[in-house]
This record gives sequence, C-alpha cells and structure tokens, in this order.
Amino acid sequence: MAGIGFLYQIINLPNCFQTFQIFRYFVFVIYTPFLNMFDKQRNNILIFIYIIGIMFFLRLFYLQILDNKYRSLGALNSVKREVHIPLRGQIYDRNNKLIVANEEVYDMFVTPKKLGTMDTLAFCNLFKITKGYFDSTVSAAKSYSVNRSSLFLRQLTKEEYGSVIDAMIQYPGFTFEQSFFRTYPGHAMANALGYIGEIPQKMFKEQETEYYRKGDYIGLSGLEKFYETELRGIRGVRFTLMNVKGEDKGAYNNGKYDTLAVIGKNLYSSIDLPTQQLADSLFAGKTGSVVAIDPSTGEIIAMGSYPSYDPSLLSGKEFSKNYSSLSRNPDRPLNNRSVSAFYRPGSTFKLVQAGIGLQMGVINPKTSFSGTQSVFPFHSGPREAANLYVAIQLSSNPYFYNVFKKIIGNNAETTPFLQARVGLEKWGDIVAKFGFGKKLGIDLPSETKGVVPNVAMYDKIYGKNQWKFSNIFSCSIGEGEYGVNVLKLANLAATIANRGYWKTPHLVRSIGLPNSKKSSIEIEKHETGIDKQHFEHILNGMLLVVNEGTGRQSKLEGIEVCGKTGTSQNAKGEDHAIFIALAPKNNPKIAIAVVVENAGFGGTHSAPIAGLMMEQYLKGKTNRDAYKKGIMDRRITTVAASNSYKEKKKTEQEAFNEESGKTLKDSKDSKDSKDTKTKNGKGN
Amino acid sequence: MAKEINIKQGIDWTTVWIYISLVFIGIINIYAAVYNAESPKSIFSLDHNSGRQIMFTLVALVLIMIILFIDFKVFDSFAYIFYGIWIIMLIATIFVGKTINGSKSWIVLGGGFNLQPAEFAKIFTILALAKYLSTPNVNLAKTNYYIKAFAIAFIPAVLILLQSEAGQAVTFGALFILMYREGLSGVYPSLIIAAVLLVLLSLILPNWAAVLVLAALGLIIWYLVLKRFERTRLNLQRMIGIFVVFASFVLTVDFIVNNVLEKHQSNRIKVWVSPDVDPLGTGWNVTQAKLAIGSGGFFGKGYLKGTQTKGDFIPEQSTDFIFCTIGEEWGFIGTFIVVGLYFILLIRIINLAEKQKSKFARIYGYGVVSFIFFNLLANVGMTIGLMPVIGIPLPFVSSGGSSLMSFTVLLFIFLKLDAHRSYKV
Repeated sequence: MAGIGFLYQIINLPNCFQTFQIFRYFVFVIYTPFLNMFDKQRNNILIFIYIIGIMFFLRLFYLQILDNKYRSLGALNSVKREVHIPLRGQIYDRNNKLIVANEEVYDMFVTPKKLGTMDTLAFCNLFKITKGYFDSTVSAAKSYSVNRSSLFLRQLTKEEYGSVIDAMIQYPGFTFEQSFFRTYPGHAMANALGYIGEIPQKMFKEQETEYYRKGDYIGLSGLEKFYETELRGIRGVRFTLMNVKGEDKGAYNNGKYDTLAVIGKNLYSSIDLPTQQLADSLFAGKTGSVVAIDPSTGEIIAMGSYPSYDPSLLSGKEFSKNYSSLSRNPDRPLNNRSVSAFYRPGSTFKLVQAGIGLQMGVINPKTSFSGTQSVFPFHSGPREAANLYVAIQLSSNPYFYNVFKKIIGNNAETTPFLQARVGLEKWGDIVAKFGFGKKLGIDLPSETKGVVPNVAMYDKIYGKNQWKFSNIFSCSIGEGEYGVNVLKLANLAATIANRGYWKTPHLVRSIGLPNSKKSSIEIEKHETGIDKQHFEHILNGMLLVVNEGTGRQSKLEGIEVCGKTGTSQNAKGEDHAIFIALAPKNNPKIAIAVVVENAGFGGTHSAPIAGLMMEQYLKGKTNRDAYKKGIMDRRITTVAASNSYKEKKKTEQEAFNEESGKTLKDSKDSKDSKDTKTKNGKGN
Repeated sequence: MAKEINIKQGIDWTTVWIYISLVFIGIINIYAAVYNAESPKSIFSLDHNSGRQIMFTLVALVLIMIILFIDFKVFDSFAYIFYGIWIIMLIATIFVGKTINGSKSWIVLGGGFNLQPAEFAKIFTILALAKYLSTPNVNLAKTNYYIKAFAIAFIPAVLILLQSEAGQAVTFGALFILMYREGLSGVYPSLIIAAVLLVLLSLILPNWAAVLVLAALGLIIWYLVLKRFERTRLNLQRMIGIFVVFASFVLTVDFIVNNVLEKHQSNRIKVWVSPDVDPLGTGWNVTQAKLAIGSGGFFGKGYLKGTQTKGDFIPEQSTDFIFCTIGEEWGFIGTFIVVGLYFILLIRIINLAEKQKSKFARIYGYGVVSFIFFNLLANVGMTIGLMPVIGIPLPFVSSGGSSLMSFTVLLFIFLKLDAHRSYKV
C-alpha cells in the first residue's frame, strides 16, 4: 500500500499532470479505496477484485490479440468454405499430341442427418460395396459431423454415375461432386511425367499457405510435382454463412472474399511421343535409362527410366494398392533413373579427356602414345594408340592414361604430390563446365548432382598431399570415383554436338499456350571453354567409332552418326552398357545417351537402341522391324531383381541364418573385387 | 415530511451514467445477437429480444422512480417483512412454478411474460442481512451470530436450488464477500478458495498424485514456513488434521463430480478443467464462445457483422452468452470498455459504501458489490474459459426482464440510501 501511496504522491506533485485528467481520474478510482490503510478486510476484497480484473484483461488480450488461431476465416464454423477445384492442366508432346489428360469422375458425399430409412443391401449392391464399408464410412461421417457432408465414395466414372443417378431418389443424403483423374493417352514416359496423389501428411503440415485440404491431390513426382503451381490452376472459393444445422444462410459478406476458379495451365513439352514410345518398347525386359536431347535448344526429346510402370496404375481408385506393390519392386520402377541414378561414365569420359588435352595443348590429334608406358595393356596392339582418332575409335586405355597423365602434369609444381593436386584442380575446373558434379537444372524435382573425383575426396581417402597420379589414374578412362546419370551423358553428347557449349536441358517448352514463353527455368547457354576446332577432331574419332569401331550397331543409312561406347563397372554384378551418340555429324539434331544395366558391353546392347531412336526421330519412322523386334526381345535380369528372387527362395527354405552370413561375406567379397577392378580398369 | 422531495438530490451521477451505458450497450448487442440479415426487423420490434428489453428498461425506469420517491427509511424498517414475503414467494414457486429450460422457477404473468422470483431474492436477502448485521451487538466473529447470518443468507439459496435453478443459487455464495467485510473470520473465504483449488488439483492430477502434492506442501510449510518455535506438538496435530481433511476431500471430489452432481453439471466442470476434451460435445459452448470472442480481434468485425454469434452456434446468445457478441463485433476495444465499466462501477460502489454513516447502508452497498462482482466473474469468466459454465446473466446487459429489473432495483436502492448518507439510522 505504501508503494501505491508513494506513486500517488509523485503523480500528484507536478502541475504538468493537469493535462492527463482522465488518467488522473483512473488513479483516483483505483487509489482512493485504499486511503484507510487500517481496514484489512476491505483491502483484501479490493485486491481480490483487482486480481480478477487483471486476469480478465490478460485473458481477453490473449484471446483477441495474441492468439490468432481464431482469426482466420477457416476457423469460423459459421462460414462454410466451399472449394471448387478446377481441371488440372494437360501435358502435350512437341507435336501437340496429348500425353496426359483428365477424365471426369464423380465423388460421392454423404450427409448423415439427411439419410432416410433405406434398403442398405440394395444400395450396397448398386454401388458394389460391402455392408461393412457402408457402416464404417457412415459412422465415420457421423463422428465428423451429422450436418456436414463427408466423402463416401471416390471417383465414380461417368458410366457408373449415369447408372446410379436415377436410383438416388430413393436414397436421400447423398450428393455428388464433379472431380477428375489423370489419364494417359500417350501411354509413355511414366517416370518423367510423375504422378499425383492425395497430399501426404508431412506436406500437408508443412505447406506455407493453407492451400491444400486433407485428401486434396497434389503432384508428387516428375513434371506433375515440378509444375504443380502451373498445372493445378487456381481454386475457386465461396464463403457462405450457415447456421448450426448447416443450412445455407447466403453469401458471406456479399461475396467479398469469394474467388472464381481458374483452370490449370497446359504444359507443352518437347517430347517426341513416337521416339519416346519406341524407347519404352525397346527397353522391354531391360533395366536402364535413356535421354535424348535436341542439342541446339536443350530440349528433351525422350526420357525413359526402366523398368517403368503403367502411369494409369497410379491414377484413380487403386492408387494405394498399386503404389505399395510398385514401391516394393526391387528394380524400383518409381525412381526416375535418367536423372537420379549413379553410373560410372566409363569410356565415354575419354571424350572429355580428349577435349581437355587438346585445349591444354598437351596433345594434338597426331600425338602417338604407341611406345609409351602405361599400366593398362593394349587390347588390340600398339597401333590403337597411334593417334587420337584411332584411340577414340578403339577406345584405347593406354592412350588416355597418357593423356590424363599429361593433363595432370601440366603445371609448374615439381613434387609428384603437389603436381597431382594442382593438376587435378585445373582438370576439375574444366570437367565442371561440362556439368559433371552439379545439377544441370532440368525441370524435374529428382535430379542429382552426381560425383566427380576431386582434391578433397582424395585428401580424405589418402590423407592431405599423400596421393599422386599413380593413385588416381583410373579417372583417365572414366572409372573410379565418378557418379553420373544418363542426363549428364546425353548432355555430354549435346555439348560435343554443339562444339563446346550446352543449353540447360528441359522438358517443357511453353506453359499455357503452345508458343508462349515459359518462365520457370532459364534456358542458359553454358560454355565449356574448349575451342570449337578441338571438337571436330573428337567428332571425327566418334564417326570412326560408329562406322568401323565399337559402335557399329548404331550406324544409320545416309546419316553420319557419331558415337562412343562405354562400359561402366559396378560392384554388384555385370557391367552396365553405355552408349552416347549424336547425329547428323554436321548440324546435329539429336544427342542421345543410353544405359542398359548389367548388360555388359555398350556396343552390343545400348548402341542398337540409340541407333533405332535416332532413326525414328530423324526419319520419322524405322524400317528395320525384325532388328527392332530382336532388341525388344532381349531380356536382361538385374542384380537387384535376382537377389530379391534368391531372398524369396531363402525365406521359403527358412535357412536364413546360415545363408545371411554367407550373403554378408559375398557382399564383402564384391566390395573388395570392386577396388581391384577399378585399379586394373578395362575400357572399351 | 411536508418538505418537498427532490429526487435528484444526492444521487451519484457517475454510477447512474455507468448504469445507463451498460443498459444501452446491452440493448444494441441484444439486437445484434438476434439480428437476421435476411429479414431485418426494427430494434423496437417486440418480436425481438431487443424490443422486449427496451420495454423492460421502461419498466425499470418506473421502478427507479418509485424507489427514489419513497422514503429511504422504508428499506431498513421493512427489511424483514420484505424478506419474509419473498421466502413465501420462493416456496410457492416450488409448487406452482412453470418449468422453462429445465428449471421450475418461473411464475406466469400472462401476455407472454414470466417472472423469475429467484432473480429478486438477492435484493431482499441483502436487505435482511444488512438489517441483521447492523443490529447492535451482532458480531460475526461469534458462532451464534454467524449461524443466524448464514441462515438469512442461504435459506433463499436452498429454496432456489429446489427450483432446479442451480446457477442462481450459487450466486448467493457471493455473500461471503459481504460477511467477510463485516467481520466474519477469514477462514471461511480461505476455505472456499482452498476448496476450489483442491477441486482443480484433484481433477487435473490423479488422486494419488494430488495427495502427494498436499503432503509435499505440508512438509514445505512445516520446515520452511513455520519458525522453529512454532513446530509444537499442537501445531503438528493441526497440520496433520488439515492434511487428512484436505486429502479426503480430494479423494471424494471424483466421487462427487461423477455421482452426486447431475450429468451436465459434472460435464461443465470437466470442460472447465480441460476445455479441448470434447469440442463438439460437452465442450461445445465454451469452444464456440471462445471462437466468437477470439475471432473479434482488436477492432472487432463491426456492428451487426458478427457471424459466430448468429446462426445459433452459441446457445443463449442474447442472455447468458451476450458477452460473445460484444467480443466478436466490437473486439478487444469493446470488451475492454465493458469490463472496464464494470470494474469502475464496483470500485465506485465500494468507495461510496465506505462513506456511509449508516452501517445498514454500508452493508447493503457491499451486498450490491458482492452480487454484481460474482455475476460478472461467473458470466464473463465462462465465456472466456476461465470459469465453468454457470447459467447466470451479465448484470444490466443480458436480455431478460427479471434480471434487468432485479439488478436495477438492487443498484438504485443503494443509490437512494447513498443520497441520504449523512443520516445515521
């Protein structure tokens, strides 16, 4: 009390306080009851009243100002938010052929309070549902709200809707809302297109603005995910007032907050549907991926990841069933390998080495290494290292060993350790300009950066400055610590086709209208810094590869095709077969990269696929039907698939204890063999 | 007696203006609470609660005139007689009353109007209590006196309880404030506060934990609060005694809540303790009330623009839950002003009461404070989730003739007594 008295005196003393009459009045009101300081009871009552008053103000301050959970329109249950979801944008190929479309369907809702007495059995028969489904869905709807509608059945087709609508008069309480699901007239390119599905719990919680409701569809992978905001359009929202019974009481605030739905924008992709479909059929029974690029623009002509899946499996009612079976498949059909897999580039990387060597001036096209020492043996005699053209044609390991050695040694450092360090740094700068070890920026969500050997990596393995050329020589032929995907290999082919630069690869040419400019990714031109004339020598070598070297299977009549085979070693099983190519040599229209996993030699398995696809794209048709069928009928089992088959068998035999010990040992062995293999290296 | 009476003389105009403001705020918000944008009616329409409220206000005005005209000594002299008549009235209601909303507390007046005698019982109870406590030699510190005072205070409460009007009955607990002021030992109010805390404790914690907390408190008090010389055998016995009583109280709370109280009453208490337990069922009222007030924000949605307080989301929108409409449409500014007005009124009346020369007038003043404060505490408290739901109106603001008139009479009898404060009866 003394404190308050003191305060009162201070406030009362100066005359300037006159201006704050109201405040003074409050002080008076609060203070005067305490004037008689000897009355304990009265003061306690006052303190009690003040405490309650302060509690009220704090509580109201919290409810009305601090806590904004009640502030949004969505929180008000007197305002019903009706959402109208517009049709999702469709996806077209480069000739405006439809790849992804929408099919109208009807979602059925139930309002428990309006349910009348009905013949449940007949109703269940009409909709082909079980009594159990009916009971559980209706009781779930009741526990949500008796007055509001809940989803009862999803995605009735137009035909189903037509067949039941007349009978619905007997069943009050059910309503229908138009909806859609995705259909795939193109029947192709499932992985790059991606799929849509109900928004997952995590995404639902993490969305920044509350756009999606529970159970709403959202693009979950591929183009559907990357272009979600364009494809989904803009939802229409209508706020209506309603009373506690859920009866409509007219527009909220005269429709001030209502918005109209805007239909989703179409995507016009650069895919050539026939080429894409051909790729899908050629890869039957094989695992791997393919990417074809139009070098001059960076547009993707075809992009496949195999094994793939029928995109319509992930659209419609069976989504969750099909999704779980697809996600259990050991070959991972849901992954888009073309942008996310890790392969060693193998001999295809020799082209990069040649480019760097020529640019640095450490070699010229006539340089011979026939008489130079190398850890790699010649596989067709010393003549394969006679000059650059032959070295590319025959994929000479000793030749590129020496090229890489010269690149690494091309600096003023004198100790072998420092020399390797500075050399590798310089080399890495140029390799990075080809797009290795970083994202190319394609308009897909799952692109990986990949790995390129670098100084930090070797410091970690061997210790700082504890490594020299003899530790890293396997990089010369594209083995060792690389990780690239097929997109990067196709981009390498495109870079060579462009004689030194590449454009950001992209799938979508325009959004909204066929020729409108798209803005979501920038189509940048990336220079490698390697002079144009050097690529002519590389292309001459690649032409030899196709005409009389390791890539003869991709030869096309009347078109100059340049290619390069590669064999990517991997720890788990057979080598992956790689082939990159571009055609025609002058003014190239297509650059392509193919990987067939566990198929062995690139010239045998990948080159024919590349050849057929280039033929299809450049000529508009393929004439070699028997040949095509031969390629389609090849079956190559992957290590993953055969392992999972073995595992299945194992569990059947219930001898997993002993077996799993063995498998562990096996995998250890294969790890060891990987290292030795890498060191010895073999190239094609 | 022949002297001309100037009824305005000595009236405390601050109080009168606060009263007028509250009644005015009440009428316009009652109109907003029942306002239907599709078929708007005039605020004066008798179909509306607002029109009826305006009519009740006019009746209240007449009552004010009568109170101001009659001799102030009447209230003192006839206090017991009024009290007796009203006790008979309450008993009669138990038998002839009409049941509305589950409580048999209404007497039909005809013309669609009903009277709730329970609402007026507080006036006569305070009058009688003031009369008794102002009698010379009556000392609330002595047992035989305070038992009589309790009888005067709580017989009406018991009769009202018999009419199944528990909310009104509970408000008579407010008289502890009055009696505490007039010398009742602080033990009683402390016990009530302790009991409330114990109920909370036992509902929040499991029984064994609640008992453990009590034991821990006991040990803390024994070793840390009590001084060494206070730790006598007698005090130890007292401590143990209090612990046993409290612990057994805690242990019986669950039983009382689940078995003695009616279902809706025990639900209200459970919702109070954990409001989110069943937002669509028993917690509906509280959830909706908080939603309405919270959605008002700082400035509110604007007059007649509320959405939550229309469409029947909140039960009793214009009566018990009128504060929600104020909160939704006028925002924090509105609730601040309304709650502020009440607290200024309460402090003002305490101020005036303390100035009375007559003990009767002072005690009566505290009675007015007790009831207005308790109603405010319970009504606003329940809408903002601080109190369990008790169906009692917000004084002067809630729609309802009995409530408005009883609080008006309650207040203006005090203003009449205050106008003659220099007289010592």
